Amino acid sequence: MLDVLLASLLSPVVLAFVLGALAVTVKSDLEIPAPLYRALSIYLLLAIGLKGGKALSETPLTEVVGPALATVGLGILTPITAYTVLRRLGRMDRTNAAALAAHYGSVSAVTFIAAVTVAQFAGVPSEGFMPALVALLEVPAIIVGLMIAYARGERAGSWRDAMREVVTGQSIVLLLGGMAIGWIAGSEGMAPVEPFFVSGFQGALTLFLLEMGMAAARRLRDLRSVGMFLVGFGIAMPIVHGALGVWVGGLAGLSVGGAAVLGAMVSSASYIAAPAAVRVGLPEANPAYYLTASLGITFPFNLTVGIPLYLALAKVLGG
Amino acid sequence: MQTASYRLVTIVAERTVRDRLLNTIHRLGATGHTMQEVQGEGTRGLSGATWERPSVKIETIVTEEIAERIADHVAERYFQHHSVIVYLQDVEVLRGSKYAPQNEEA
Repeated sequence: MLDVLLASLLSPVVLAFVLGALAVTVKSDLEIPAPLYRALSIYLLLAIGLKGGKALSETPLTEVVGPALATVGLGILTPITAYTVLRRLGRMDRTNAAALAAHYGSVSAVTFIAAVTVAQFAGVPSEGFMPALVALLEVPAIIVGLMIAYARGERAGSWRDAMREVVTGQSIVLLLGGMAIGWIAGSEGMAPVEPFFVSGFQGALTLFLLEMGMAAARRLRDLRSVGMFLVGFGIAMPIVHGALGVWVGGLAGLSVGGAAVLGAMVSSASYIAAPAAVRVGLPEANPAYYLTASLGITFPFNLTVGIPLYLALAKVLGG
Repeated sequence: MQTASYRLVTIVAERTVRDRLLNTIHRLGATGHTMQEVQGEGTRGLSGATWERPSVKIETIVTEEIAERIADHVAERYFQHHSVIVYLQDVEVLRGSKYAPQNEEA
């Protein structure tokens, strides 16, 4: 456990995140241009899609069905648990609780990538088809979160526009599109593009995490306004959801590495797809809550402590 | 040099409402627009910073009447929950007919 934690903390990816946060703290003039950030996120999403599609083309469908069903189930369940905790324990209003529930049910693609890397490093690689599960986890949770809000009365946003945003958002288009390309091309067809999309991946991720560190640190300015409960929620909820994900992943037939990665996915909170959909569907919810919690608290927690924790748990349960 | 008087409507809005705003201003009679991505900070704290998609600044030159309609619509529809600002200015433009093809030449 400790060596995995240390290896994870000292990986270039996490250190780049820390450097980004540090740069903001000391008010450095370092700035990642927005177009580069966007290009990197397109690259990363398409790359994991391609990789997943290729793996999917080599995997018998029967191996994927169990984990896929488990993932959809978790995607429906976790926004409900998050909403219940926020309402009952946090006494949060319905709108903001539903908005946060959509984020905590959904998945952060970067947390997923980091978990895959750490599991690989720890000698328990996850299944190649895991990116397919990311797409399966991302959508239902946002829909359930918004449904909770819409079931409770009139809303200022538009349900139709929000659904459009969920289904046609860049992360889903790139993930599913990349998977389709990788699946059709197969391993032979993928060979020419692999030097770019596979070899460059970790480097691009490091650069991306530098910006994520800066974004997270900027978010911390809002920490005081969101209150201590949300800070606790941003750490405790991922642990509960993560443990659930590891356990269910194991039951669904995933390997130790796969269960750990699923745990990290379930524990993570979306900060690209969900904010966009929630902003359209629930404009009256306060973005300071869901952005600060998912990006400022849960993401750094998972990156440093959470992922090694889910890995250790998966080893205990599965090993 | 022959100029005509029109109104310049500027809308600075969060990215999520961009497409709806563009549809609306054209439906209300604008014949064109100029748009750029911008960053900033306001009372809602949301800026166009990096991973949040950048805000947009939409400018359109229209007649007084259309300008009012656009401003009213934006105020009514977006002010309560979105980070949006709107302001209007008088402008003198060349080729006035470009901005109001149906109207009489100003």
